[in-house]
Amino acid sequence: WKALRRPLSTVKQVYSFKEKHHGDLQGAGDQSLFTSLYTSLAQQLPREPMEWRRTYGRAPKMIHLEANFVQFKEELLPKEGNKALLTFPFLHIYWTDCCDTEVYKSLVKEDMLRWQNSLRAHGSADWVIIVVETNDNKKKNKTNILPRSSIVDKIRSDFCNKQNDRCVVLSDPLKDSSRSQESWNSLLLKLRTLLLMSFTKNLGRFEDDMRTLREKRTQPGWSFCEYFMVQEELAFVFEMLQQFEDALVQYDELDALFTQYVLNFGAGGNFGWSGLLLRRPIDMEKRDGIQRGEASLLDLRSYLFSRQCTLLIFLQRPWEVTQRALELLHNCVQELRLLEVSVLEGALDCWVFLSCLEVLHRIEGCCDQAQLAANCSHTVGLWAYATDKLKSLGELCGLVSEKEPTSEDLNRTVDLLAGLGDERPETVNSLQSPYKKLKEALSSVEAFERHYLELSHAAMEMYRAIGRLRSARLVGKSLAEFYMRKADPERAETFLQEALKSYVSEGWSLPVTHTRKQIAACQKLLGRTEDYLQTSALLAGDVNLTTEERKHFCQEILTFAGKSGDQSQKVTLSMGVFTQLTRLQFRPATASVHSGAVLQVELTLRCLMPVSVHIQQLAASIHFDLERGGTNGRSKGTQRQTNPGTVEFHQSNSSAGPPSSSAAGPPLELDEIQDRSPSDNSLNSTGVVCKNTHLVMRRHDSHSPPDTPNCVSPPAVAMKEGAQMLKVQDVTLEPGNNSIIFTAPSGQPGTYTLRQLYATVGQVQFVLPHIYPSVQYEVYSQEPQLTVEPLSEPLLAGLPQMVKFTLLTGHYTVKKGDALQLSNTDTMPILPSSSCTARISNPAAELVGESVLSIQSSEKVTSISLPPTPPYHTLEFHLEVLCLIPSGDERPANERLTNGEVRHRPRSYSHPDTPMTAIDQRMSIDCPWSIYSTLLALTFYIPFKTKHSLLSAGNRKYIQVCVQNVSDVNFTLAEVKLTEKQHATLELQSLNTKTQQLLCSKHSVFCLWEVRWKDDLPSCLQCVFSADFSPLNQDISAFKPFHYQFQFERVTTLYSVRADILPPAGEQHCRSGLLCGLEVCITRLTEPAEGELAEDSKTDTDGLKTTKLMYEVADSSSNWAVCGKSSGMVSMPMAASATHKVQIEVMPLFAGHLPFPKIKVLKYLPHTAAVAIQPDPDSCVENDSLSLLDKALDDQGDTASIRSRGSVHSVGSGDQQQKGVAMPRLEPFSPGQVFNHSYTQQVLVLPATDDHIMEVNAT
Amino acid sequence: MAVCIAVIAKENYPLYIRSVPTQNELKFHYTVHTSLDVVEEKISAVGKSLGDQRELYLGLLYPTEDYKMFRKLHNSFTDVMCNPFHNPGDPIQSKAFDGIVSGMMVQTG
Repeated sequence: WKALRRPLSTVKQVYSFKEKHHGDLQGAGDQSLFTSLYTSLAQQLPREPMEWRRTYGRAPKMIHLEANFVQFKEELLPKEGNKALLTFPFLHIYWTDCCDTEVYKSLVKEDMLRWQNSLRAHGSADWVIIVVETNDNKKKNKTNILPRSSIVDKIRSDFCNKQNDRCVVLSDPLKDSSRSQESWNSLLLKLRTLLLMSFTKNLGRFEDDMRTLREKRTQPGWSFCEYFMVQEELAFVFEMLQQFEDALVQYDELDALFTQYVLNFGAGGNFGWSGLLLRRPIDMEKRDGIQRGEASLLDLRSYLFSRQCTLLIFLQRPWEVTQRALELLHNCVQELRLLEVSVLEGALDCWVFLSCLEVLHRIEGCCDQAQLAANCSHTVGLWAYATDKLKSLGELCGLVSEKEPTSEDLNRTVDLLAGLGDERPETVNSLQSPYKKLKEALSSVEAFERHYLELSHAAMEMYRAIGRLRSARLVGKSLAEFYMRKADPERAETFLQEALKSYVSEGWSLPVTHTRKQIAACQKLLGRTEDYLQTSALLAGDVNLTTEERKHFCQEILTFAGKSGDQSQKVTLSMGVFTQLTRLQFRPATASVHSGAVLQVELTLRCLMPVSVHIQQLAASIHFDLERGGTNGRSKGTQRQTNPGTVEFHQSNSSAGPPSSSAAGPPLELDEIQDRSPSDNSLNSTGVVCKNTHLVMRRHDSHSPPDTPNCVSPPAVAMKEGAQMLKVQDVTLEPGNNSIIFTAPSGQPGTYTLRQLYATVGQVQFVLPHIYPSVQYEVYSQEPQLTVEPLSEPLLAGLPQMVKFTLLTGHYTVKKGDALQLSNTDTMPILPSSSCTARISNPAAELVGESVLSIQSSEKVTSISLPPTPPYHTLEFHLEVLCLIPSGDERPANERLTNGEVRHRPRSYSHPDTPMTAIDQRMSIDCPWSIYSTLLALTFYIPFKTKHSLLSAGNRKYIQVCVQNVSDVNFTLAEVKLTEKQHATLELQSLNTKTQQLLCSKHSVFCLWEVRWKDDLPSCLQCVFSADFSPLNQDISAFKPFHYQFQFERVTTLYSVRADILPPAGEQHCRSGLLCGLEVCITRLTEPAEGELAEDSKTDTDGLKTTKLMYEVADSSSNWAVCGKSSGMVSMPMAASATHKVQIEVMPLFAGHLPFPKIKVLKYLPHTAAVAIQPDPDSCVENDSLSLLDKALDDQGDTASIRSRGSVHSVGSGDQQQKGVAMPRLEPFSPGQVFNHSYTQQVLVLPATDDHIMEVNAT
Repeated sequence: MAVCIAVIAKENYPLYIRSVPTQNELKFHYTVHTSLDVVEEKISAVGKSLGDQRELYLGLLYPTEDYKMFRKLHNSFTDVMCNPFHNPGDPIQSKAFDGIVSGMMVQTG
């Protein structure tokens, strides 16, 4: 027995053709032997896997070998150069059950030799001899039995030259014994090993040959088809081995090679367009064509793909099939174009359409519905492609129109259908084959529509399902184009609008323009005039279009506008598409004018139309707000700093700009708000307010794109009729920027807000619904205002000073003859001046006129004639005034002014910002525009601060006046004088040497006079200090007088106090720590005066008048310790030279020259004296006339100038008056009444012991 | 050879789009816009698998029978973004970028 063996895979059942491979199962002896073993052999051989080690470093694999057994025939042995791998005999087996040596020698050996020779002749070294032993045989031939081994040995020695494994023994194969099982197993193992060895060897050789062949592909005469067959052989082998991956690789390599081949050389020829055919595992028809080298490009591609498809489905990768299919189809179309193959128009479309559907059918055939639905992302491409192709076929064949196809179209259809050929037998019975579909779709307009819509909707739905909305919209747009061709704009519109919305929102300008053009056509067909005009306006301003196109759309609008129609035919369109408001400018820039003034508003409009457009009327509606603040608009105007006079309107300039701005939202517009109290205008609260909350806070998901031109449908425009309008008639807008000037109404005071803008072109009105950011201007009305202010700060009293009068005329017109009437005051005369010029300036602060003022003064009134001045102008002039320095406590009678008002004496007060004393000087002015007087105040400052003091030396008296310059100006002081008003006999002898004296800023001058008298010194002195002063370096005429009044009371020295310190007895000097005596001697110097007697004396029982004094020794510096009584009461006789001595013991605490302890002498008033005291009538009057505020100011002690009088009140009088309780009390003497001789006297005190240590006390 | 090169902002509007002048520009715009579907899909897929975040090349975006679309050009785009005067989000108007794009259109892309 010899057998030819080759491996076959299980796939062989599928591929019937493989079974026809001839085999050689030749039984020279007993054919029944092999037949009996065949079944179990064929079954058991593939049962165990074998490890297949592979060349070129490929990973080893476990494979199951399956064999096909064929009877041996010599002509079946492969000849030299054989390329068939499928029919290759890998292993030759010789079967024998010969057990008879004789038979072997005579028959079998010879047969074997022949067999071996023929093998060798064909270069095949893969063989094995199997000797089958059975017990039956043994039994049968018992007599001739030879040791079994001998036959085997003989065979081995005869044939197996050192290859003992080439001869195998199989024992009792048909018996069910362990021995036979073992024998079977070893045989199978052997066979597998040998088979695999041979297989590997031959496959390797085949692959090498194949590569060599491939390398020759650049040589002339190389045939791709030939090579294709070779490599496919390899693919088949892998496929049989169930190595689908490897099989697929072979086809992919072929695919790639072919693509390259096409690119490099080109291949082509006539072909049909019947599409892919995927229903057969191997399209033998096409394969034969390839084998014959007659296949067309599409044939080859189709065949290749069908094989790849089959393998991929085996590999359970159906989705890769769809992806590859799409690539393949695209590729083929490209390749045919590249190769310039002449194809009947539409043929390729047919081919692609059929192929798409075929692939989809194939996939549907191997997947269930759920899988398909879940993976439509893989199939949708094919659906869309098929849709696309069907549409172009429909267009080609005249099926996409309202009318029936023409005969030409029909001819074309017939040609195309002819190219399809007959339907393949596989699908003849299927109702839904691609072939039938195409044929039907091309058969009539209605059928085409049905099929096309079905496909389109399927593709769209799938795209939507997987979230590819853009793709879905593109299909929808294509569908819309179809509907438009079918004159069904209604259905087209939805799809177009949806697509447009998407392009607009993502800012794709070219698609926007194109789609919009389609929408325009659609809207025109539908007769939607307003929408159509709106779209036309958008397109007319679309820079993506040519000028011609834009002009066309612009003309569409103008034509409509020019139609004469009734009112109802008016169409309102959004202005943004027609012209854009870019800038608004106010003249004057403050945007705030007084009523009646001219306010111009200049609009800059960017016209987007390609041609100039004549506008009958351009108007802006105005919202008017009556101003809350009343009439003083000017002050309010200054608060509004935000109005810059020019408002820029920002718009994205392209019709489909990047929508980035929408993401960020509009910028915040913030404004400061202040809440002021209505009564005194003080600030209650302040804050920041967002003016455009409605835009900022708008929900972002629902808002439309930022620039209105992009709106898919025109925005609803509501016209708000305002009572007032800015209007311009007959304007021509040129393309680009136009400037239009309005004159704004400014009649009524208030706030005017520009709301909307309208442009009327015949029947068409363009409306800008909101002017944003909001634009306002203000009209104000103002009362005349008169103000006076210093020309330079501060105004100094006592010197001529310039003040500025400013008259804001407001709504009042100053006529000729109008004059200001100033009531004259004594304290502030107006100095006449020869040339007083008034300046008139307009609201823009430009000087418009000057004229000399005439000032006439009468006794009571100064009249200033004003030059004629227009309203809302400013009149300014300067006057020189002099504020007299009040000289002291002069008390004028209340006066009435000419206008009947109570004249207020200017009062001085100290100002917190300056050391100077301030005087508010009021002026009362009668103005021609009012029946009321205008009261104005000026604040002057007194440059000096004056103090006086009385100095005594025993009985002699001196008066000192200190003038302090508290201003910032240096002065010269001259003619310093002191006079006493009441006593002519009194002589004040000046001790001042200089006649003129420099008084620098912040410096003081002291002046001193000695008081001399003849008879008696009056107890009360009323003095007037006077001096002339002028700012430094001014001539004599500039000197102005300065007066200062003051008075002293009780100036006479009543008592002299003399103290003496007596060292302790026996000591020459005082010693610290030792008691010494202080002797105080109080002497009455004068006879009692009238007042004194009444005031505080009492008569003793013995008739002697005495007064009680209290003395007190006080040592503030802790130099002395007073031992015993430090104070005491003294009863003093009221007579001259009455003396009283007091002895007090004191102890010095330190050594050195110690000042005497202070000795105070006070009046002691017993309680009975209290009733005698009356409240000072003077102060009563004073209190009446003073306001509380003034009193507080008076209380400040340094106000010496006006009301400084000698202190008359006793310390306790205030208390007493208030309490009304009679208590004894102490009262100090006035300065000068008590003269202390030992004031500042010192005494030497020695240290207690003569220590060597001296204590030095430095303080 | 590249026939159309587009740079798209993350909000999906075109920062830059240029095509070979002989071809139908409008068609490219439509195609590029539609291919954003796939870009979005791929980008969101990249986001999910954290490993591939460095993968900037998205592969074939939108096959048509005429052209194949890929995502490329990243380096040059980076240069544009590094320009301190360039405001991210504005359309690209760089001459250098234009030049590189022209180069890509001429040579094999």
